[in-house]
Amino acid sequence: MNPKLTLATTARVLNQLRRDPRTLALIVIVPGVLMWLFSEVFADSPEVFQRVGPAMLVVFPFIVMFLITSVTMVRERISGTLERLMTTPLGKADLVLGYALAFGLLALVQAAVISALTLYALDLREPASVPVFVLIAVTDAVLGAALGLGFSALARTEFQAVQFMPAVVLPQVLLCGLLIPVDQMSGWLRAISRVMPLRYAVSSMNELTAHTTVSGRVWWDLMVVAGCALAALIVGATTLRRRVG
Amino acid sequence: MAAVEIAGLRVRRGGTVILDGITLSVPPGSLTALLGPSGSGKTTLLRSVVGAQRIAGGTVTVLGRPAGHPRLRREIGYTTQAASVYPDLSALENVRYHATLHGRDRQAATEALATTGLTKSAGQLVRTMSGGQVNRVSLACALVARPRLLLLDEPTVGLDPVLRNSLWDTFRQLAANGTTLVVSSHVMEEAARCDRVLLLRAGRLIADDSPEGLLRRTHTTGLDEAFLRIALGGAA
Repeated sequence: MNPKLTLATTARVLNQLRRDPRTLALIVIVPGVLMWLFSEVFADSPEVFQRVGPAMLVVFPFIVMFLITSVTMVRERISGTLERLMTTPLGKADLVLGYALAFGLLALVQAAVISALTLYALDLREPASVPVFVLIAVTDAVLGAALGLGFSALARTEFQAVQFMPAVVLPQVLLCGLLIPVDQMSGWLRAISRVMPLRYAVSSMNELTAHTTVSGRVWWDLMVVAGCALAALIVGATTLRRRVG
Repeated sequence: MAAVEIAGLRVRRGGTVILDGITLSVPPGSLTALLGPSGSGKTTLLRSVVGAQRIAGGTVTVLGRPAGHPRLRREIGYTTQAASVYPDLSALENVRYHATLHGRDRQAATEALATTGLTKSAGQLVRTMSGGQVNRVSLACALVARPRLLLLDEPTVGLDPVLRNSLWDTFRQLAANGTTLVVSSHVMEEAARCDRVLLLRAGRLIADDSPEGLLRRTHTTGLDEAFLRIALGGAA
């Protein structure tokens, strides 16, 4: 590992994204627009928005970040640039961490925008702590990015990477506690949801917005989310190959 | 010590034999052409030297270490056949990234662009460049590392004769300064500018000689003709 090379990679990835305004808009603006649409749909029953809003705020950025990082990483893997990088002094961890930092920075911007919008424009009720609220949003977006980086190893083309949306992301959306609380699901569904990282992000956010103090449960769930992100990054780094057949 | 020493190299991919017992040695500070038709194994041979290729047998020793040794990643510059650069970065940004990876400064990046004739288009996005320009950006990314060994896979494809000539001048200059170069090509006449010629056909090395030696041995006046004669089993 070499911090200089990690940061050079972060700068390179951000520079590439800077040239791609549509992708930047998808990351920073679209989740906010979706939140606004969601609040409009339930304009006549604001209690629904208050109940489901926090979970939605976790789900939208997760989906967006997963999609963008998995496709970006697959592009690097199949364009020949990865093979070339693997012949340079750049470490595998430098590369994956470089990507993670770039997308983490975007996640921070995204979380700030969507949190400000949801709390102050859409009037989601004040959570126990606004900084923790933003922290959960960032960690959740980083989880999406890290899973995207990890799963990119299983895709041979960008087309296949997009197919992870229905296969990997949507089951988590169904079982994360967004539609009905996890503890109201049948036993076997609850068991499946237990191995789905998104569930912990939703649970952490729900717990934070449901109480007036930051409970231990919030921190516990948040640690699970961060741990899953870290694990996905490690998988992403170990699946890079310097020597292939 | 040879810059590259290969003994009995065999590579198999999906049951097909790609390289079948290659033995050769590349002296340091030499300019070697790796020639052969498409599918003859040129790219696989270069990848084996870089250490990016899983091999089925034999040994590949590069600058005194086994191919793929981590220390070698600082010593080798490699360009793939399809230019592997980032289309959404400018030429300069691409080269600077590689400069950083190899611990070189901005000055080195500027020089690599000058060497490849890209000074004027340094700020241009690669995705707006012609194929020949993109190839040169890829080459500049390898040159900026100032490696001891340069492995270039078809670097002159799609270039006009003037630029091609000036690149070969650059290669000669680099070799004169002690860099070892192995340059693959399917343009036989390019081999005339090299110290040595390796001719691959169907995964076997069918000639390993100086350009003059090849002409003498085959009693021909042009390299195209010489290769034809060897390939048909004449004077090998």
